Amino acid sequence: MYPFNYHRPQSADDALALFKAAEDGIYLAGGQTLLPTMKQRLAAPTDLIDLCNVPDLRGIELETQAVSVGALTLHSEVAGHEGIRSALPVLSSLAGEIGDSQVRNRGTLGGSVANSDPAADYPAAIVGLGATIHTMDRSIEGDDFFKDLFETALNPGELITRICFPVPERAAYQKFPNPASRYAIVGVLVADFSGEIRVGVTGAGPCAFRASGIEQVLNADLSPESIDAVEVPESGFNNDLHASAIYRAHLVKVMAKRAVADLLN
Amino acid sequence: MQVEVTVNGQAHVLEVADNTLLVELLRENLGLTGTHVGCDTSQCGACTVHMDGRSVKACTVLAAQAQGAEVVTIEGIGSADALHPMQEAFRDCHALQCGFCTPGMIMSAIDLVSRNPGIDNAGVRAGLEGNICRCTGYHNIVRAVIQAAQNM
Ligand SMILES: Cc1cc2nc3c(=O)[nH]c(=O)nc-3n(C[C@H](O)[C@H](O)[C@H](O)COP(=O)(O)OP(=O)(O)OC[C@H]3O[C@@H](n4cnc5c(N)ncnc54)[C@H](O)[C@@H]3O)c2cc1C
Ligand code: FES
Ligand code: FES
Repeated sequence: MYPFNYHRPQSADDALALFKAAEDGIYLAGGQTLLPTMKQRLAAPTDLIDLCNVPDLRGIELETQAVSVGALTLHSEVAGHEGIRSALPVLSSLAGEIGDSQVRNRGTLGGSVANSDPAADYPAAIVGLGATIHTMDRSIEGDDFFKDLFETALNPGELITRICFPVPERAAYQKFPNPASRYAIVGVLVADFSGEIRVGVTGAGPCAFRASGIEQVLNADLSPESIDAVEVPESGFNNDLHASAIYRAHLVKVMAKRAVADLLN
Repeated sequence: MQVEVTVNGQAHVLEVADNTLLVELLRENLGLTGTHVGCDTSQCGACTVHMDGRSVKACTVLAAQAQGAEVVTIEGIGSADALHPMQEAFRDCHALQCGFCTPGMIMSAIDLVSRNPGIDNAGVRAGLEGNICRCTGYHNIVRAVIQAAQNM
């Protein structure tokens, strides 16, 4: 690994100050994306600012109609948390399907969401459940958070502290995983908020989005078959060695149908 | 920078460069070469160790991130005279060919079985997704893990 400076601030303010003072600083959470990216020289920051000792970034809180999860919470903690399993099982099963167990033992919610990898799983839950992303200085609605490939609404140095997921009546997530990495080639989360349906899609486009066409038909008739009538245009979808844009457009419908079937079960 | 870390029950205070990986600290500073580096890109799991009781890929953890942690490597689970039940099962079931992936497989498998007693074949296969065997000896590896699960 090439040389860089490592910092371990004890507060969010210190983290931000270090970020501002660095030539090219970056926050470090679980490192499961950042460290491989640096080894491949896709990023070469001068300063790594480890968030591990910043207070208030951990912990899972169950509220009446929401689950609030600290940014540094591990994927394996979300997957194994009894409270989330009963209040919002779709989130624990989604987290349990991320990568492999070693990745889940280091990777964090905040890191995954801040990174906005087009194939990451959590973004489907952010848009599909209409989560709120809390940072040090504001709250950002899930619908406004993902902007483009690896681009979010976060300002430089803005730290995610917690993410709050509203609890739907029922929900289901289905992904078509890349067999090597388990990242989502396409993943679809369908949530039923007492008759109002939300559909979050990851993997298909440059960043996660809501499938409004599918939402519309499901709002009229919540059944897998009703999705047959929807046209999912492939324009703007990812086209790479893993799958063509046309195939991804096809998978959006297939995963959505499976998710609805699951949800009705 | 200074890192305080406990490895296989022994406390160490080590002076390392900021960019040192945990796997480098283990292999180069402490001479614990049982932890292997296969891919160095977080794919293969050959470098798997336990950090505070969870399996992690030591090529994707900075030494600095292990500050204050309890790390256990393949050298720390048993001895030549008293193998760990997982090592014993790997030997009985012929669960290794070249042996390169074996330390990582065993460390992952111990974590998996201790969290999931009574695990079945499908559970073992899913639980070992982060470990790749270049010799493709998966069938016997799964057999060994199931056998060990009965003795752990
Ligand atoms: C082999 C492998 C397989 C994987 N498979 C999957 C998969 O199937 N699905 C999936 O979704 N992911 C997968 N991942 C990615 C994994 O989930 C990562 O853990 C996650 O994307 C990043 O989280 P992290 O905590 O490791 O973040 P880091 O790598 O530490 O950081 C990632 C980025 O987020 C920023 N950041 C971190 N925390 C914050 C914060 N609180 N506020 C602001 N910015 C922050 C960092 O500065 C950095 O830019 C895989 C990774 C590997 C190595
Ligand atoms: S060497 Fe660490 S995952 Fe391959
Ligand atoms: S035994 Fe050779 S890599 Fe697994």
